[in-house]
Amino acid sequence: MKQPLAYDRQPPRPAWGVRVESNKAMSTAQSIVIAPLPAQVQLPLDLGPERQAEPLVAPGDSVHTGQPVAHLAATVGNTICASISGRVTGIRPCAIPGPGQRIARCIVIDSDGQDSRYADCTPAGDPSHLEPDRLRELIARAGIVGLGGAVFPTAEKLGGTQAVELLILNGAECEPYISCDEMLMRERAERVIDGARIMLLALGCEQAVIAVESDMPAARLALREVLDTEGDPRIDIAEVTAKYPAGGERQLVELLTGREVPAGGLPRDVGMVCQNVATAAAISDLIRAGRPLISRVVTVTGGGVANPINVEVRLGAPLADLVAAAGGYTTTGCNLVMGGPMMGVALVGDQLPVTEATNCLLVAAPGELSDPQPEFPCIRCAECSSVCPARLLPQELLLACDGNNPDQLDNLHLDACIECGCCDYVCPSHILLTPRFTQAKARQHAYRERQRQARLARQRSEARNARLAAADRQYADGPTPDEASAALAALLTRVDDQGGGRDGD
Amino acid sequence: MIEAVALLAGLAALTGAALLMTATLLRSTADDAAVEQVNRLLPQSQCAQCGYPGCRPYAAAIVRGAAPINRCAPGGDETIADLARLLQREPVALDATYGTHQPAQVALIDEALCIGCARCLEACPVDAIVGAPRFMHTILAAQCTGCELCIAPCPVDCIGLDPRGAAA
Repeated sequence: MKQPLAYDRQPPRPAWGVRVESNKAMSTAQSIVIAPLPAQVQLPLDLGPERQAEPLVAPGDSVHTGQPVAHLAATVGNTICASISGRVTGIRPCAIPGPGQRIARCIVIDSDGQDSRYADCTPAGDPSHLEPDRLRELIARAGIVGLGGAVFPTAEKLGGTQAVELLILNGAECEPYISCDEMLMRERAERVIDGARIMLLALGCEQAVIAVESDMPAARLALREVLDTEGDPRIDIAEVTAKYPAGGERQLVELLTGREVPAGGLPRDVGMVCQNVATAAAISDLIRAGRPLISRVVTVTGGGVANPINVEVRLGAPLADLVAAAGGYTTTGCNLVMGGPMMGVALVGDQLPVTEATNCLLVAAPGELSDPQPEFPCIRCAECSSVCPARLLPQELLLACDGNNPDQLDNLHLDACIECGCCDYVCPSHILLTPRFTQAKARQHAYRERQRQARLARQRSEARNARLAAADRQYADGPTPDEASAALAALLTRVDDQGGGRDGD
Repeated sequence: MIEAVALLAGLAALTGAALLMTATLLRSTADDAAVEQVNRLLPQSQCAQCGYPGCRPYAAAIVRGAAPINRCAPGGDETIADLARLLQREPVALDATYGTHQPAQVALIDEALCIGCARCLEACPVDAIVGAPRFMHTILAAQCTGCELCIAPCPVDCIGLDPRGAAA
């Protein structure tokens, strides 16, 4: 029998990363509340580069909760499900949360207040009687995507041909302020563990570990209690040091197992699959209760709301609903951030829809987050290199970015930057390195594309030149006009001799 | 005595000749490698706007010192910056006599007007046009470099240019 993959149940404190004020306590005082049904939802069809979903409904159609309303013709065919029942009032461009001011086509549904369930949304029954392919199909059809923030289609991640030795459930929520996964593990531990079992079935894998952070003992206890009562030797709990960004996928894999995910690769390449705990709970809800992905838990926190809280809200509901659920604004002039203070994106307003990626709405009171300070020149202290979880050399990258040197950026592995912001955090000169890296990545991408196009054009041009040269050579090496007419005459004579009958004979 | 002098002179001449040959050989390979490096930075549209019949001849001219680095209109400032970095020169502005830099474009045949003369097929440096005499031609948009070389030969002026991305 194959030896199970060894992992560390209490990995040592990582050398990289930063310790940041966690600020989680303010939102973990109360249980998860369920937000009232929104009056309107906006479901974006634009799910990232080259991932445009096609609507399955038209304006005027009435839909039920859980009904597929759009289809993503990717490899697995993920769908988007209506998160409320009501009438489709339009398919139009709306502002959605994301870097900058993103506009995407959205399906807009006005609620009828009924929340009537779509007829196909029925429990699938005992998952152990279902084939892995069938499980993946169900998961894709329910529109389940990674709820940790990357919104990668879960069915696709559970598919694939490489063998999986270990399933890691990521509950190491390292970013400050965010507590939605912690609260989910505390209050819905049995669903998280049930989801883990279903994923093990879909993966054909025999071992899972749930990673929690050392500063969430309540979540660990809740999970332990469920595991003790139900008894499943395949599922274990590991506790990683609360240090940002220990919950990054690559960082977590490395901390737990000591295996490094190759640059440009996936945890799959080293025999692992990493899923968020909320994704596991969503899968359990789907298989046991027939509930597709129509809501998620969002942390609404910060000094700008009266009552920081975790809210379960329907996808596509306006962010203003979340603020209302948290007791409303305390002051004016708050900064809205989707995500945490380290990697979150600033938002333009609270009328944007909640998406699968919205794990946290940080409403920062004026002065709560540090304002950008004037930058000073790099003093080459190398603090950034010592905290970089990807073990890059941020100061060298910064020089290469400013010089816009594509080859140098490649040599320094700009692609491996996870944009965690640790280097910005520790820089004594207050240099904002990460935004520069983000921009440089986009430039690098455009440069590579240009290079690729040029290479292809050159191949075609060279092939054409070679072909023309060969034709010229053939022409030059061919018979002279005299030889050609002699050969033609000989041919005609032969045809005559055989009585072939030329025209006119 | 005379034999010794002759022998030594002969040896010297031989060595000299061998050295000269090696040097020439090495130089031409080094030149080839340099041309290749420069050529790799050019956009390979083969548009000949620089006055040379294609990207590689222009690259060779740059390496010979016969042409400045600012004649590639399709590449624009980015290509000039790349070349300047490779050749360790100061970046210069694009020479406007060799065209202006435009966003990427793609040629499009008005298929209602095309008479199937096949002249554009011969003109296309990257084999991006499909067709045959007396059959309608069409341009493979993904392969078209937007070099404009097919426009002049068309007797019915049925080829136009669209900004890349708009056609899709």
